[in-house]
Amino acid sequence: MEKGNIVKVSGPLVVANGMRNAKMYEVVKVSDEKLMGEIIELNEDEASIQVYEDTVGIGPGDPVYLTGETMSVDLGPGLLTSIYDGIQRPLHLIEKEAGAFITRGIEVPGLDRTKKWDFKPTKAKGEEVEEGDILGEVQETTLIAHRIMVPSTIKKGTVEEIKSGQFTIEEVVVVIKDSEGKTHEIKMLQRWSIRKPRPFKNKKIPNVPLVTGMRVIDTFFPIAKGGAGCIPGPFGAGKTVTQQSLAKFCNAEIIVYIGCGERGNEMTDVLMEFPELKDPNTGEPLMKRTILIANTSNMPVAAREASIYTGITIAEYYRDMGYHVALMADSTSRWAEALREMSGRLEEMPGEEGYPAYLGSKTAEFYERAGYITCLGSDEREGSVTAIGAVSPPGGDLSEPVTQNTLRVTKVFWGLDAKLAYKRHFPAINWLSSYSLYVDNLANFWQKEVAEDYMELRTNSMNLLQQESKLEEIVRLVGMDALSSKEKLILQTSKSIREDFLFQNAFDYVDAFTPQKKQYWILKCIMTMYQEASKIIEKEGFEFSELVKLPIMQKIVKAKDISHEELEKYEELEKDIIEAIQNFGSKLQAA
Amino acid sequence: MQKEYKTLKSIAGPLILVEGVEGIKYEELVEVITPEGEKRMGKVLEANKDTALVQMFESPQGLKTEETKAKFLGKPLEIGVSEDMLGRVFSGSGKPIDGGPDIIPEKKLNINGAPINPYSRDFPNDFIQTGISSIDCLTTLVRGQKLPIFSGAGLPHSRVAAQIARQAKVRGGTGDFAVVFAAMGVTFEESEYFINEFKKTGAINRSVIFANTAADPVVERIATPRIALTTAEYLAFEKGMHVLVILTDLTNYCEALREVSAARKEVPGRRGYPGYLYTDLATLYERAGRIKGKKGSITQIPILTMPEDDITHPIPDLTGYITEGQIVLSRDLQREGIYPPINVLPSLSRLKDKGIGEGKTREDHAGVMNQLFAAYAQGKEVKELAVILGEAALGEDDLKFLKFAEEFEKEFVSQDEYKDRDIIDDTLDIAWKLLAILPRHELKRIKEEYIKQYLPKQEK
Repeated sequence: MEKGNIVKVSGPLVVANGMRNAKMYEVVKVSDEKLMGEIIELNEDEASIQVYEDTVGIGPGDPVYLTGETMSVDLGPGLLTSIYDGIQRPLHLIEKEAGAFITRGIEVPGLDRTKKWDFKPTKAKGEEVEEGDILGEVQETTLIAHRIMVPSTIKKGTVEEIKSGQFTIEEVVVVIKDSEGKTHEIKMLQRWSIRKPRPFKNKKIPNVPLVTGMRVIDTFFPIAKGGAGCIPGPFGAGKTVTQQSLAKFCNAEIIVYIGCGERGNEMTDVLMEFPELKDPNTGEPLMKRTILIANTSNMPVAAREASIYTGITIAEYYRDMGYHVALMADSTSRWAEALREMSGRLEEMPGEEGYPAYLGSKTAEFYERAGYITCLGSDEREGSVTAIGAVSPPGGDLSEPVTQNTLRVTKVFWGLDAKLAYKRHFPAINWLSSYSLYVDNLANFWQKEVAEDYMELRTNSMNLLQQESKLEEIVRLVGMDALSSKEKLILQTSKSIREDFLFQNAFDYVDAFTPQKKQYWILKCIMTMYQEASKIIEKEGFEFSELVKLPIMQKIVKAKDISHEELEKYEELEKDIIEAIQNFGSKLQAA
Repeated sequence: MQKEYKTLKSIAGPLILVEGVEGIKYEELVEVITPEGEKRMGKVLEANKDTALVQMFESPQGLKTEETKAKFLGKPLEIGVSEDMLGRVFSGSGKPIDGGPDIIPEKKLNINGAPINPYSRDFPNDFIQTGISSIDCLTTLVRGQKLPIFSGAGLPHSRVAAQIARQAKVRGGTGDFAVVFAAMGVTFEESEYFINEFKKTGAINRSVIFANTAADPVVERIATPRIALTTAEYLAFEKGMHVLVILTDLTNYCEALREVSAARKEVPGRRGYPGYLYTDLATLYERAGRIKGKKGSITQIPILTMPEDDITHPIPDLTGYITEGQIVLSRDLQREGIYPPINVLPSLSRLKDKGIGEGKTREDHAGVMNQLFAAYAQGKEVKELAVILGEAALGEDDLKFLKFAEEFEKEFVSQDEYKDRDIIDDTLDIAWKLLAILPRHELKRIKEEYIKQYLPKQEK
């Protein structure tokens, strides 16, 4: 192994000389403890290295070994249900080696090399294949069949030999002769550099929603499969609870959850809860479709930088098999801070607030790896990666660089609001400032799959909330009495939208997930009340306080308790609402 | 191998540059010997091929570039730990200052510790009763949590923290407990207040105290919390004790970090604090927790004073992003004479759901908590409205909310400094009495069966 010598150590940054043969982003082993590091700058024969582990006790003169490989991850069966650190070391293996505290220089493989998997071929000897074609399958968990694909290094070829049965990931399962006559041995394990996006055939405009079961998201600010969204918010506003809710209930087939510079106990919570919770779409434990990456805030900062790339590479790998993957990164601000720390130590010229000038381009590169694609291979299968990043703006100030750079590249903005959180209105997504640019793309889908008037309903109810905010200001100045009955009705309806529709308890298993049709009906009932009441409001003798006292109003409050298996009850409820309010109106006339 | 150099090139604030050195390791401990022969400690902040940048833990006063010697000890800063530390008082760098004998260490530990593997953590879920209603009911503390107190200059955070330390217990629980207290840059009086409080109740025998007062060197503060937490980890995970760690005042700690960062001419982040402040604070706070298969636990209560009571200031802001909630003290309540002046609306415990409910406290706890929050928030809004429009303009229901908010502050939040309220017999009982003020149909957040069972019957 080639080696150089350290000349400087400053926190996670190490500078070494004698590195003329080093490549950018090459992985190196620092000192005889073999700490993992990555080259991030080259200057003649000097290399700057970011070290993924604690550098205490390392000093000038210590060796640095080149490995010749760029920072890569293991891809193959066994990824699901795993929990990794930022550089794909399984945390349970680290525990086995070092105990409850993470020490340095632990080298453990990302995937188990000894476990045997049952490989079932889907191609036969002599068949023509091209890059990305599926050669066989392994049942990775009860939910997911792991598809073994022709690597993109082989453009076209013929299957020379294909096996069936029990193999480890390092055993050869297929032999392919490419069009130039070269033979390739294919194993279930492949390595892929985390900073290089995996190839695909072509990208498409996302137009299928990622259903999350969260009413404020699905109905008001939806995200599409293959889309990119961000959740900025001050601490305590519920970023993590929202992310975890998405991870639990969204209808993606694979979840990659990255705890990037966040709390240790939160990851423990996910680890304990996910094997217990059932996926509402399949009824299987959530863990069976989940991969966790935990690089908590006190773990080395450079590995935090790598963790989101490790995560998205794994996400892309499952996408290439034809799955819909959702990736949650909590929080990208911590990733940006890791960039800032390394940049500061490299003494680069800082941009805004000390962040490096390339923060914007790095952020964009990351979110661009999301998308709805046609995979490589002749079967034209489709897959997607949806990327959802939490952002933790200092002081909740959205004008800071990380939020601004993220907003430029994500199309969904779920703005969390501290004021709503103080009132314990959750999810604390502000309905006035948030937006989704996918609404138009998804309109067709909704009209076909949910209801013809879904879009209209959505627009009308959002309109009411908009008017509410204006009316509230008037109330604050002159009091409730100054409002007309019509305006009081708007306030009453929007209160109902807020409390009976938007408010959702993430800790109540039934309330936390609302299927789309049910969402439609809850909102429909509220809006029917509004429309019917609007009709009679001009009549003589109309008393607003009498309307509110109607027993049917209590039924609207309880509308969300109706099970989604009994949607016909909503139709009855709607009829009841119309009848009750019309009766109320005709009595007025009689009087 | 220990090397000694007399080649100091420059001294700038807490930083010393030593030239012509060889084989220096990062974070290595350095002993700087003054011309008078006095020894002061420092550590290597940057190791270059032939120079070393050393950060002093003690004052650089009296150091000269000539005649001063720097001795590199070849190991990082360690603290010798032993169970005999209980009942003792140490300086911010871990030397006994109570006149007692030196500690014979059972073990020497690196003060930086190592991160707990998230896979090895056990989730905190044992309810800790502090005897303070607003904490127990609304921002519940659980074993292994880190829950800071966000305070301001002149607010009684020390009294609140001392009350928690005095009263904290696990209902029906047993097990050894201990308190590790670290003072960073607080006044002598404040530090003495805690020591005396511990002495009064006899808790001193179960406490380890590290005191870096305002008169002690600024940079020593950077080591103090780490020394305290290393001791706590030893007591918790090797001796099986339930350790409550109180750190005060984190604002002074962060200012010491800023001083070192400025002396190094680093690119500053917000308000001049270093860009790595978040990571640095995380390496302190994340040392709280429980570990699977180990008996002990570390519960942290860091105290910080928010400059200008500004919760968006980088110190409370970054802290809030790491800790599992916060207890916010309010100057308004303090002015109204309410003790403890806990502003419950921005206060939060992220782990509360795991520590409350049937079997832990009582089945109606969660509902009561949510209802109190919602009703108090609404009551406060009505109060604002009343200021503009006058109480006469308020409706019947609004007046009830207004009354509720006032009574809530007076009866529920406010309590005597020496009153230890039981969660079931006192706190929840008071809560239900207050909820009875509200219109019955507004109790939307509590399950009907609990309302029937617990709501006091109206006297007619």
